[in-house]
Amino acid sequence: MDDLLRDFLTETSESLDVVDVELVRFEQEPNNHDILANIFRLVHTIKGTCGFLGLPRLEALAHAAETLMGKFRDGLPVTSAAVSLILKTIDRIKKILGDLEKSGGEPQGGDDDLIAKLVAMSEGAPTPAAGQPKPKAEPPLVVQTLERELRPGEVSLDELERAFRETEVEIVAVDAEPAAAPAPVTAKKEEPAAEARDPKPRRVNIRREEDQREEAAKAQTLRVQVETLERLMTMVSELVLTRNQLLEIMRHKQDSEFKVPLQRLSNVTAELQEGVIKTRMQPIGNAWAKLPRIVRDLAKELNKEIELEMHGAETELDRQILEVIRDPLTHIVRNSADHGLETTEERRRLGKPEQGTIRLSAYHESGQIVIQIADDGKGLNTARIREKAIAKGLMQEGDKLSDAQIHKFIFASGFSTADRITNVSGRGVGMDVVKTNIDQIGGSIDLKSVAGKGTTLSIKIPLTLAIVPALLVESAKERFAIPQSAVVELVRVNATSKHKIERVKDAPVLRLRNKLLPLAHLSSLLNLNKGAVETENAFIVVMQVGKKNLGIVVDTVFHTEEIVVKPMSSMLRDLTMFSGNTILGDGSVIMIIDPNGLASTLGARLEGEGNETEQAEEEVRVNEAERPISFLVFRAGSREPKAIPLSLITRLEEIDAVKIEISNGKYLVQYRGGLMPLVPINDQVKVRSEGMQPLLVFIDSNRALGLVVDEIVDVIEDRLDIQVGSANPGTIGSAIIGGKATEILDVAHYLPLAYADWFIRKEKGAKDSKCRVLFVDDSAFFCNMLLPVLKAAGYDVTTATSGAEALEIVEREGSFDAVVSDIEMPGMSGFEFAETLRKNARFADIPIIALSSHSSAAVVERGRKSGFHNFVAKFDRQGLLTALKHVPQEISKAA
Amino acid sequence: MKKTGEIEFVTVTIGDQLFGLAIDRVHDVFAADRVTRVPMARDEIAGILNLRGRIVTMIDMRRCLDLPPKDDISNQMAVGIEFGGESYGLLIDEVGEVMKLPAAQLETVPVNLDSRWRRVAAGVYRLEEDLMIVLDIDRVLEVQPREAAA
Repeated sequence: MDDLLRDFLTETSESLDVVDVELVRFEQEPNNHDILANIFRLVHTIKGTCGFLGLPRLEALAHAAETLMGKFRDGLPVTSAAVSLILKTIDRIKKILGDLEKSGGEPQGGDDDLIAKLVAMSEGAPTPAAGQPKPKAEPPLVVQTLERELRPGEVSLDELERAFRETEVEIVAVDAEPAAAPAPVTAKKEEPAAEARDPKPRRVNIRREEDQREEAAKAQTLRVQVETLERLMTMVSELVLTRNQLLEIMRHKQDSEFKVPLQRLSNVTAELQEGVIKTRMQPIGNAWAKLPRIVRDLAKELNKEIELEMHGAETELDRQILEVIRDPLTHIVRNSADHGLETTEERRRLGKPEQGTIRLSAYHESGQIVIQIADDGKGLNTARIREKAIAKGLMQEGDKLSDAQIHKFIFASGFSTADRITNVSGRGVGMDVVKTNIDQIGGSIDLKSVAGKGTTLSIKIPLTLAIVPALLVESAKERFAIPQSAVVELVRVNATSKHKIERVKDAPVLRLRNKLLPLAHLSSLLNLNKGAVETENAFIVVMQVGKKNLGIVVDTVFHTEEIVVKPMSSMLRDLTMFSGNTILGDGSVIMIIDPNGLASTLGARLEGEGNETEQAEEEVRVNEAERPISFLVFRAGSREPKAIPLSLITRLEEIDAVKIEISNGKYLVQYRGGLMPLVPINDQVKVRSEGMQPLLVFIDSNRALGLVVDEIVDVIEDRLDIQVGSANPGTIGSAIIGGKATEILDVAHYLPLAYADWFIRKEKGAKDSKCRVLFVDDSAFFCNMLLPVLKAAGYDVTTATSGAEALEIVEREGSFDAVVSDIEMPGMSGFEFAETLRKNARFADIPIIALSSHSSAAVVERGRKSGFHNFVAKFDRQGLLTALKHVPQEISKAA
Repeated sequence: MKKTGEIEFVTVTIGDQLFGLAIDRVHDVFAADRVTRVPMARDEIAGILNLRGRIVTMIDMRRCLDLPPKDDISNQMAVGIEFGGESYGLLIDEVGEVMKLPAAQLETVPVNLDSRWRRVAAGVYRLEEDLMIVLDIDRVLEVQPREAAA
């Protein structure tokens, strides 16, 4: 194939992609002359080039399409049938181009069918509607006639003339034909007329600017074969390796004359690498280019109205990655259009806007690219997925899973819930394939669906695959590389450091800034040696996978190195723990850890709290019960598991039973320089007389209480959903935790058992007259948990279970010294409650403290606007007390 | 395997057994030092190593054939193989010589042979002193389901 033809093919297929998109836009805004002019110009160019290269079939098709578009410009109403026809024509052109690329020549066959339709449509077109601008408004054309009939592909002179006038800038700039010379004159004459009928003459100018910019841009870009770039990338990879090798050698040599030049080499290499990676970058819009067309066709086929919004199309990523995500993206968008969005009729009935929206957005976030596909459709059919999951044996009938967990099943292999096999989706290629593709490139996919509101899929992918910075670590004498993108921080633990690895039963955890971080030893995850694991002197690599943080314990951390990722051989590819391997500067080969594989091995569920990136509004919508919290599960007296929210427990201890003393009929133990009373959690629990006695320790301003239990079982993260209430004192009720019915104990019940004055006692510094606090929370559970804390601190607490009730109480009982309110409540939200309270002059001064599971900036901002004084995390008892102590002076005045 | 003509083999010993590898499949022979272990990998994978800038996956033929590990693991020799565009190395005890043998003399694998051996054996030659098992390299490198490998 000659170069000319190859260039033509590349250029034309690019142009056609643009035409695709533009046509869909045009259908929506039929009066936008800019779009039409652009399409017209592109098709015209294609036609012209085809004529030049001797491709009659293409030429004839392009000509027929152009003619029809010419009619649009003359005011023919744009019908969707017509647009469909043109799109069909473009498909045909693409098909011919495909054959052309393969064989080097136009395929046999004719396009009379399409041409006939196009001609019929342009000729049989009804005369333009009265309101529409009539072509007659233009200055009459000088009618020039040709001696013979026009051959297919030929343009009548008046059409040519018009084309010149419409695109005068480009023609003047590019075309040197003398015929073009009179054109500007005509155009100038026409301009006032154009202004007169176009209310926005600015458009014309904008278009010109764009054209010129395009012109300038064209001069500065160059087409390069992908292979050339790939080869370049390989060479740079080798160069990086060699550089690393040299650096490694130099690390052992203190003084060397090579040091400075090597440093320079190193810098240049880094720049070169960056440059080459940049050449491989492409805007994600390239992967989106086909979507408007697909969505449009789907909308027609499914009888839905769909708007496709695209944000951040300019976000760049490696073309290798772009290739991998192209199909998954298309699939997801198809799914949204087919299953996600309702039909127009349905939407009307539901009171939603008739037009459904699919929003695509892409942006950079901490070295990764996030792509979101959101629709405002009906959301996932949880019941249906559940049914299917049970049928597939993925879950049991009785399993209590959150909706979010059930939704995750759509990523399971061979999972499709489409009731019917439509033309569009449900062809067996499901979300599992999408997930596999994304996993392959080290990305992750997350899903959020709200029934009736829509579904949002978030895909996170790395910027590039070829060269990544990685942290080198050692575990059990083996070295591994962990991609830096997943590493959040490093924590060192040793005998003197303030961080220590603690154990909950057998699970190692680390307290890190008021959060409990689950830990895992890399050596045990990788089955390296099951012998002694170093916990006294170790490093913890805190990683973020999805929204979940986890800590990996390693023996040593070396440095960070730019590693060239090489794929693993197929014999190793079944290892989910690794994403590849690499050669280090010292010539050794090491495995690259796959954070996703690690996390799934750890059993960490990817949903959960973690860092919230969503917007405040969305967060607030999420039901409290959906949010998993950590429970400490233990046994006491019977086989049945019991649980207490982990956050309420200060410490877990195992003490030697011989240290337990009895005094005054109570069990006591010397603990941290004081005496700590021990209370068996129920009558069946016997305090041990030998061996180790597990205790749950509660400490509250210098007082400690040890609850005696038989065995600490585990820490399980699950959502709290009390299924059966309880009349028993000391028990809140039963919930399913970790798949088992578990008794949830009421901590508040036990505290006074040890100290009769636990609730009566005043906190040091509290005033004589009690501060009155109104506590608003819809969840009796949280009330139960926090109430004792507040009472113990000397506050007089009144509770309300809803915003409305709280307002009533305030109205009735007069001023409170402070109000503590939950944000997520059914009916009146905390925000609304605060706003309402603020509006009433009598209560405008009462400080309001928000209790929230979220503390993202957006939520806090929203809270401040609503009138909250402070924000406290839901389980942060100490934080709540501090906040109450520091509420503005109004409190003491009122008190 | 063709029944006519002669085939050239590189002979190697694994345990006490002589094996033959078709010479056109053998890329090179190298000393396997600094092998990096790959945790969680199937049993017969000895690890990976850097061979002149290429990452080679090493297969321990002793483990593959269910033989006890070698006492002295220094100076391990390996045969380099290209398979499906990837580089593999078969860890063996010793490399012997190159032998040209008539294809027609290849005999079928005895049915009573250990199933692990039978899987990777393409046939047997009766040499004057020894029996030489022809190793079916594709079978060795074939990705087996995990259960079979464990």
